[in-house]
Amino acid sequence: MTTPSTDLKATLKKLEARVHDLEVTARETGQNLDSTIHTLRAEVERLRTAPANGVMTRWERVQLARAPGRPTAHDYTERLVTDFTELHGDRNFADDHALIGGPGRWQGRPVMLLMQQKGRDTKSRVRRRFGMSNPEGYRKAMRLMDLADKFGLPVVCLIDTPGAYPGIEAEERGQAWAIAESIQRMVRLKVPAVCAVIGEGGSGGALAIGVGNRVLIQENAWYSVISPESCAAILWRDSAQAPKAAEALKLTAPDLLELGIVEEVIPEPVGGAHLDLDAAAAALGEVVSRHLDELSLLNEQELKAQRAARFRALGAFTES
Amino acid sequence: MALDRFFRRRRPQQQAGSDMPDLWTQCPACKESVYNRDLEASLWVCPKCSHHLRLEAGRRVEVLLDEGSFVQLSGRVHPTDPLNFQDTEAYVDRLSRAQKKTGRPDAILTGTGSILGLPVTLAVMDFAFSGGSMGSVVGEEISRAAEHAAEIGTPFVLVAASGGARMQESALSLMQMAKTTVALESLTARGLPYVSILTDPTTGGVTASFATIADVIMAEPGALIGFAGPRVIQQTIRQSLPEGFQRAEFLLEHGMIDDVVDRRNHRNFLAGLLGVLTRRAPDAPPAEQPAPPSAEAPA
Repeated sequence: MTTPSTDLKATLKKLEARVHDLEVTARETGQNLDSTIHTLRAEVERLRTAPANGVMTRWERVQLARAPGRPTAHDYTERLVTDFTELHGDRNFADDHALIGGPGRWQGRPVMLLMQQKGRDTKSRVRRRFGMSNPEGYRKAMRLMDLADKFGLPVVCLIDTPGAYPGIEAEERGQAWAIAESIQRMVRLKVPAVCAVIGEGGSGGALAIGVGNRVLIQENAWYSVISPESCAAILWRDSAQAPKAAEALKLTAPDLLELGIVEEVIPEPVGGAHLDLDAAAAALGEVVSRHLDELSLLNEQELKAQRAARFRALGAFTES
Repeated sequence: MALDRFFRRRRPQQQAGSDMPDLWTQCPACKESVYNRDLEASLWVCPKCSHHLRLEAGRRVEVLLDEGSFVQLSGRVHPTDPLNFQDTEAYVDRLSRAQKKTGRPDAILTGTGSILGLPVTLAVMDFAFSGGSMGSVVGEEISRAAEHAAEIGTPFVLVAASGGARMQESALSLMQMAKTTVALESLTARGLPYVSILTDPTTGGVTASFATIADVIMAEPGALIGFAGPRVIQQTIRQSLPEGFQRAEFLLEHGMIDDVVDRRNHRNFLAGLLGVLTRRAPDAPPAEQPAPPSAEAPA
């Protein structure tokens, strides 16, 4: 994934301009924007000193996927979706704030949106459990999939979770059951489903809304059976070995494309999606829309058969 | 109790009878030494405290199916190392060690047979092979077994025993959760029952996919069953876990499983249940007296 250096220069220029704008805003309005400015400045520095952008280690990509300024699902839907109506609750126990959804128009196309939302500041991150759902999140997702089937709305899933929440209550209320049923519900969808990993694709919690006719991933997102830290804690008995685990897990977008787990890698602006939100959103919108348009030509049976065949074929083994 | 300590040292592992020429086995729960012949007669359930010892896959087949009825399906699919995975040890080395230990290509054994005369297709996960972890082979064999059941028109019975998805195949392991779910749809399409038996332990990606979308979910007494492992939860919430948390009885109480069934009753439970679900005439399978929990193994 090499990028012409002219792109890098343009990005740097843009970034520097934004830092300047923020400083002016801060001065004029008295707002405290120090942390944002600091993050951007650090980014400018990182880009300037990077020997060759594109030669990133897998661990560096994992960190980009988790960067505090990384766009969340909301950042994208604000730019790409109109007439969005958030629908709350699983009609049984609670409304999960880490997995949200509802109908809206994706660049004009009527869809049912499901998205994992990490939150944009400390308060909302805590409220949204850093994107880690309780079972109610997946049960709400299934309810919305029922609506999607009923009204013939393609399902668009934006995946961004470290994993499903590992808590006592989550276990009591059947976290595993909710994930398994959500996977099954997606297998049974009559409508097209396009899933895009936009940050972290953490294991079963991600797959629960990841059984699409198309599975896409942003350039600096990751998708794996386990987080590098947990993998390192188990196999190396030391979570500090996470960079090694990230390498071994081959969890980056190019890896997943090679393994046939995703159909397409969605490009990000040089340096990462957080450096140019509008450009990142435009790329995401364009790719998802293209796949939606392609899938709109298939009927219910064809969609189910294609999705089933896609996942049935995944795996690596030999036969004697 | 010098003798007791002697045996404890010699047999630290919990896996029942994999290589035990010895006469006694110590129950990992009550620490009593049990005569192996008694243990075998009680299907590796401790006669003293009813603790269900973990079973190697081959032995599980013997416990569940009519004697001599098993015809193996699995065995031709072999694991590879798609990621060239290396941690403190190479994945290929871990694989060959597990293969040598268990005599199987991977953590799964499938086939057809009968339970009290009722034909079934069976898939048994093998915890002795790399913690029963699910990679491409386990996913493929379970998928094939489910599809085979649909093809020949038998119920499908699955015995789960797994720490979850296999890390060494990363996202490919994760995808087996969706793949097996797809394959199980073939049973739904044919109106055939699927029963899963959750045994100690069943966690992670296995619990979060095929194991819990069965029509009927049974569990063995005391089995640890959950999504996240107890240690992960403890690290997250930083408080101790309630007594009995994630045990089969706890899940029954919370409405997540259909019943906790003593291993010595599995055959009767399955034959009765599957007979009704498949609307078989009650006298179709050869009649057998329901065994009381402490009875010897059905012949």
